[in-house]
Amino acid sequence: MADFLLELGMDEIPARMIDSGREELAKRVMDLFARERLGSAPQVTAYSTPRRLAVLVTGLAERQEDVSEQLTGPSYKVAFKDGVATPAADAFAKKVGVSVSELTKVSTTKGEYLAANVTRKGRATSEVLAELLPKEIGGIYWAKSMYWRGKNTERFVRPLRWMMALLDGKLVPLEFAGIKAGTTSRGHRIMSDGTVRLDAPGDYAKKLEKMRVIVSGAQREKKIVAALDQAVQSVGKARWREDKALLSTVVNLTEFPSAILGSFDAEYLSLPEEVLVTVMRDHQKYFAVEDAGGKLAPHFLAVLNVDGDPDGLIRHGNERVLRARFNDARFFWETDQKIPLSARVEMLKAVTFQKDLGSYYEKARRIAHVVTILAADVESGGENGPRGSARKIARNELYEAAWLAKTDLTTELVKEFTELQGVVGGLYARAQGLKPAIADAIYQHYQPKSMEDAAPKSLEGALLSIADKADSIAGMFALGLIPSGSKDPFALRRQANGIVKTIAEHELPIDLGGLFALALAAYKGSDAEKRFTKVDEYAGSVAAFFRERLEFYLRDVRGFKYDEVNAVLAVGADNIPDAVQRSEALAAVRKSADFETIATSFKRIKNILRQAQEKSGAAVESGFEPSLATDDAERALHAMVEKIAPEVVRLRREKDHGAALREVAKLRPVLDTFFDKVMVMAEDQRVRENRLALLSRVLRDFSTVADFSEIVSAG
Amino acid sequence: MASAKTTGLTFQELIFTLQKFWAEQGCILQQPYDVEVGAGTMSPETFLRVLGPKPYSVAYLQPSRRPADGRYGDNPNRLFKHTQLQVILKPPPQDVQELYLRSLQAIGIDLRKHDLKFEEDNWESPTLGAWGIGWQVMLDGMEVTQFTYFQQCGGVDLDPISAELTYGLERLCAFLQDVDSVYDIVWARDASDSKKHDSKKQGGREITYREVRHAEEVQFSVYNFEQADVEKCWEHLRLYEAECKALIDGYAAAKKAKQDVAKYPVLAAFDLCLKCSHLFNLLDARGAISVTERVGVIAQVRALAVGVAKAYADQQSAQESGDAQSPEAAVANG
Repeated sequence: MADFLLELGMDEIPARMIDSGREELAKRVMDLFARERLGSAPQVTAYSTPRRLAVLVTGLAERQEDVSEQLTGPSYKVAFKDGVATPAADAFAKKVGVSVSELTKVSTTKGEYLAANVTRKGRATSEVLAELLPKEIGGIYWAKSMYWRGKNTERFVRPLRWMMALLDGKLVPLEFAGIKAGTTSRGHRIMSDGTVRLDAPGDYAKKLEKMRVIVSGAQREKKIVAALDQAVQSVGKARWREDKALLSTVVNLTEFPSAILGSFDAEYLSLPEEVLVTVMRDHQKYFAVEDAGGKLAPHFLAVLNVDGDPDGLIRHGNERVLRARFNDARFFWETDQKIPLSARVEMLKAVTFQKDLGSYYEKARRIAHVVTILAADVESGGENGPRGSARKIARNELYEAAWLAKTDLTTELVKEFTELQGVVGGLYARAQGLKPAIADAIYQHYQPKSMEDAAPKSLEGALLSIADKADSIAGMFALGLIPSGSKDPFALRRQANGIVKTIAEHELPIDLGGLFALALAAYKGSDAEKRFTKVDEYAGSVAAFFRERLEFYLRDVRGFKYDEVNAVLAVGADNIPDAVQRSEALAAVRKSADFETIATSFKRIKNILRQAQEKSGAAVESGFEPSLATDDAERALHAMVEKIAPEVVRLRREKDHGAALREVAKLRPVLDTFFDKVMVMAEDQRVRENRLALLSRVLRDFSTVADFSEIVSAG
Repeated sequence: MASAKTTGLTFQELIFTLQKFWAEQGCILQQPYDVEVGAGTMSPETFLRVLGPKPYSVAYLQPSRRPADGRYGDNPNRLFKHTQLQVILKPPPQDVQELYLRSLQAIGIDLRKHDLKFEEDNWESPTLGAWGIGWQVMLDGMEVTQFTYFQQCGGVDLDPISAELTYGLERLCAFLQDVDSVYDIVWARDASDSKKHDSKKQGGREITYREVRHAEEVQFSVYNFEQADVEKCWEHLRLYEAECKALIDGYAAAKKAKQDVAKYPVLAAFDLCLKCSHLFNLLDARGAISVTERVGVIAQVRALAVGVAKAYADQQSAQESGDAQSPEAAVANG
């Protein structure tokens, strides 16, 4: 058994790419070991810091095992004529590297063939790695990569500066990107005096720690959390605000972390907390500190890439920077108040939304139009409204909010802190005495920014958010700017996810087809409309796009199984709350034995109908003529269908999908008997067609909640 | 805390020190370019020199004008014209980051007492058709340098790659001197004046950044935001654009006619392109560019920059192959 260590040393890797890069390297290395039969159960530990990715693998074979195999050659008759080898036999022997006398004969169903038993010699692990690892390293996916040695060389996340590759005590002679692997690594840029030689892979973490590099991200995280806990203690009863994303960022920005507490003048606390926290977190990567009541305290915590700040110089420097940033923010806040949001609507004419879609002024006009209609639809409830609740929408406020929602793009504060768009508009609306419904809707209208983020809380915010996002998607799709693969420059997938989540959580009676017809119609008469080249495909491409988003939502966010989702969406993907409710109902009944059988029967029906259709070339009509029935089982099925069908329609209309499905399950015994006793494809054409018509009706009438044929049975 | 104020380099000492450092690393010291630019990258010492195969290392100071950033001299951190020290290393040495860290030590920063991080920050200039991969270098939470591996310039893929280091000198100096406002930076100490003043202070009377530059910030803010004649700016833009375009087209025509292009004034075309870029910024600060115009003008300036870059790269490679051929040509002629 052997241990292997690989370390790639680089210029600082972007923090956001480190975790995925490390995991992919580990996976590629392990896949390679498995593919090349280098050990039965090797164990891998992956390490990373801003300057390195590393994997330590234990339990490796020192060399591949030899493999014996039998290779088949030409037909024996061709290879030997009258017991004498022909050139075909010579060629085969030469190809597989044995003498003709060593060749054997094998019998197969196709006849007798020439064969050779050969042993492929296993190669030394080091040799295999040296040959194959460079390709694995070069194959790692990076969200953004670069050249550094000129065109036609490798692209990688950042320039590779050194490589260490050790198999037990020995160098593995790898080469990648012009760098030859060695047996030395480098320590912390500033706190170590350079390089360290390794004798054994297992020493990696220990030796590097002496060089002021903690190679395990998990360990750095622990150290940071402890340091933050400790640093915050000097402020009575305060605690630091947890922030997973920020923690992960600072873990990936440091090799030997510590933390310091800094302070700012309490007078800045008069600025909105959102602004202060954004400056600290997004711009300075500081953790915010709050008092026992959860209120922001005038302190911050910075995570350092050195082991301390004995002279207080670092604290002083960070405080100085934060002061300048807060000063700017305060200056912007005060300046912005001189022009109220209402006076900024006109200024939106000078702000581009998208080069072909015009200005934000035009966007505001469109979304004000769209929300007005949406609000009316939602208030009237539609047939798909939430069960038994009438909803009141502050329609005038919503209309005003739509016009004002984008005005904060003209403010200095948003120009400086773009991530606060919407939030700043909401804060200004409040500060300028606008009604809370207006301020809240503006504040929330970019939400949800991800599937983890909450949907807008207020109904007005929800509608504004939907209208804004639908407007963007409609315009881009009409221009043909449809996301594909990793290309989604306008983050339309995220916006569509936002629409799905918002409609689902508010159970809004909004049909996607209707919403997007409305959103496109809002562009009518605009300059943008003249550039729309994809209007014909529009409805279809939007529907396909949303079907994917809805699938993602139901599966990954709501946790439904993929076949349940397929079954539900096959029936309809336009009405989101309905699709969610149907999924819930389906998931609840699918475990019952009746249901599993029903699903199998429906699949069978679908196949029978498809085959019949292929044969006759015409679709099978639904219906049943009792007088043509020849079998009791046939009549029994028909009677049951007649009995259940109206019930299912009623329950479906009342949105009691669970009960509807339980009704459908009642078909099981008669369906089972039908398939046991009745031969659908009867000789007599009329009898056959009548049976097919009955099955077609079963499929049509009872696939209104879900298409059961999509269900994959557990057995 | 012990104030760094009395020990920090003056603004001009900071410039001397960095220039000396990079000169010792083999950089040519160039002077600031004498046409208005928004960033050191726009100087031909970067924009054009990174094109083509010839190795080149240069350091220069570049006052950079961004009309919209002016704040009438009121904001302690924002300037209409700030000073960049730009270093181009083409191609960059293996230890380019270590070299950069040594430059910080050269200006008196003890890295063991500070917190330094390289945080991802990729640079892109749509108007120049240029982009690169790199970092903002953070020192105690402050961005002190933009560090970029250029990938493309003027729409041309670069080979070799250049490393570009851009130091924001006002910020860096305010940090070294521990002052909160750039206007309080000590620009110079008048050594000849020292006897008349407090002898304990090193070097005599202090001349601040405010004394040297404040009036310029105020007056240019007034001009850029209030008084620049919009009609005339548009007219200038049209004229410069037309001439630049004519030169670019002329280059293509000369090539087509198989004329010798070695002396063709591609460099002059670039000056005209820079003029356009500055006028665009000025009109933008004046709020005189509508949405539709904006997209159009950016595309125009980009077309000029790309046109110049292509012509320049072509001219360089023509000279390159000419240089390579000349010995043979000499033999043939002899």
